[in-house]
Amino acid sequence: MRHFEIRLDELRKKLLEMSGLVESSIYRSVQALVEKDEAQVRMVMENEERINRMQIEIDDLSTELLLLQQPMAADLRFLTATIKINNDLERMGDHAVNIAERAISLMHEPLIKPLVDIPQMANLVESLLRKCLDAFVRKDANLARNVLTSDDEVDHMRDNIYNELVSYMESEPSAIRSCVDFMFIARNLERIADHATNIAEDVVFLVEGADVRHRSEARK
Amino acid sequence: MGNLTESEVIIGVPGPDRTIQDSVNEASKSALKIAVGHLNFHYGPRQVLFDISLEIPDRKITALIGPSGCGKSTFLRTLNRMHETVNGTRAEGEVLLDGQDIFAIDVVRLRRRVGMVFQKSNPFPKSIFENVAYGLKINRMANRSAIAEIVEKSLRRAALWDEVKDHLHKSAYSLSGGQQQRLCIARALAVDPEVLLLDEPCSALDPVATAKIEDLLLDLVSSCTIVIVTHNMQQAARVADYTGFFLLGKLIEFNKTDVIFKNPAQKETEDYITGRFG
Repeated sequence: MRHFEIRLDELRKKLLEMSGLVESSIYRSVQALVEKDEAQVRMVMENEERINRMQIEIDDLSTELLLLQQPMAADLRFLTATIKINNDLERMGDHAVNIAERAISLMHEPLIKPLVDIPQMANLVESLLRKCLDAFVRKDANLARNVLTSDDEVDHMRDNIYNELVSYMESEPSAIRSCVDFMFIARNLERIADHATNIAEDVVFLVEGADVRHRSEARK
Repeated sequence: MGNLTESEVIIGVPGPDRTIQDSVNEASKSALKIAVGHLNFHYGPRQVLFDISLEIPDRKITALIGPSGCGKSTFLRTLNRMHETVNGTRAEGEVLLDGQDIFAIDVVRLRRRVGMVFQKSNPFPKSIFENVAYGLKINRMANRSAIAEIVEKSLRRAALWDEVKDHLHKSAYSLSGGQQQRLCIARALAVDPEVLLLDEPCSALDPVATAKIEDLLLDLVSSCTIVIVTHNMQQAARVADYTGFFLLGKLIEFNKTDVIFKNPAQKETEDYITGRFG
């Protein structure tokens, strides 16, 4: 294996390590909410520090390889996709922290109703993230396209949760604080799905060289 | 080319069922300058180019890349019949310049229309002025003030005038390597060619001189079609509108430069430009 390929492999491994941390943060932030478990929140915060460090490491290595190797074709697409995916993963980590913070705020409040919709939405969002990362690892553009079409479902779930929470707040003003926290959580989950969509678009570009951003026909 | 949109595949490699007439038709529609059809080339018994068909657009920069010995320089030399200076060579197929068969026109007139600049700068052992005026004089231009005017214009077009205007009568050998190469470009420009062929013009130059030549090519292309052979892929990426990849005497792929370097259609191209070749 050439020196350059060894470095590309090193970069790929770092990105996968970071995505593992982000997946874990998202899962734990929702668990913190469901289980009312502060230990999970602490782990999300610890992950966050590592994710931030890794974001810088991945950026540095990508820039170094762009500068020193002046890559072309698939290597160039891999490096530009990695830089963008890195950014999306870091933002996902931030959203997981936001969810964990809301989980703390909700920890000492009685539940306004059984938690069903948020964990369901979280499941879907986590599965989207897993799919787009699998698509990245396996260089599978079809799987990535599958993520692009599932994003609407997440938006739909968020809208339903919003509407339900608004009705609840109208009938039960004392629950406004909790409802706002849940709204923020739904919003953060929806943003995570948006970043997963970005990653899926980058995977299509990486594999096929086709830019499917903002082009509904090309995404199919 | 399944991954490319139709608009990205503006100029493709003609298939076996395409005729040179198709190229001519397209040349008239989309301003092609040179249409090469089914070109084969032999050095004695050895064939070095195989069935090359390629359409070079007018007033664009076309880069030819490929490993040493792939035939790209031979191809370039065929475009102004420079190969005829080597005994035992044979070119078959068609090369049309503005629809005109280059093998049917006078070679001196052809080379006036299609100039060439070589890898190693080769100024004549004469003054800077005489080097640029040489082509005009052998074309029997006698009006001294007209010659001086063209020399100045050519040196300006070659971005050399400001550096040499105060010592035009010094020997061309007093110039640096980069300046000598720009002098050769000025010499080629003096007869106002329609096409400029460059065979690795920067391979002996430092990055500063290289940048000057590249800038110069980008300036010249508004008035002249440029075909450049280069081993430096970053150079092709920086200056060329279109890029062709040659391998073992065959044209493997030809497309817009950004498509070639971001998402080539052929595995051989991908392997070569990512350094996984061989």
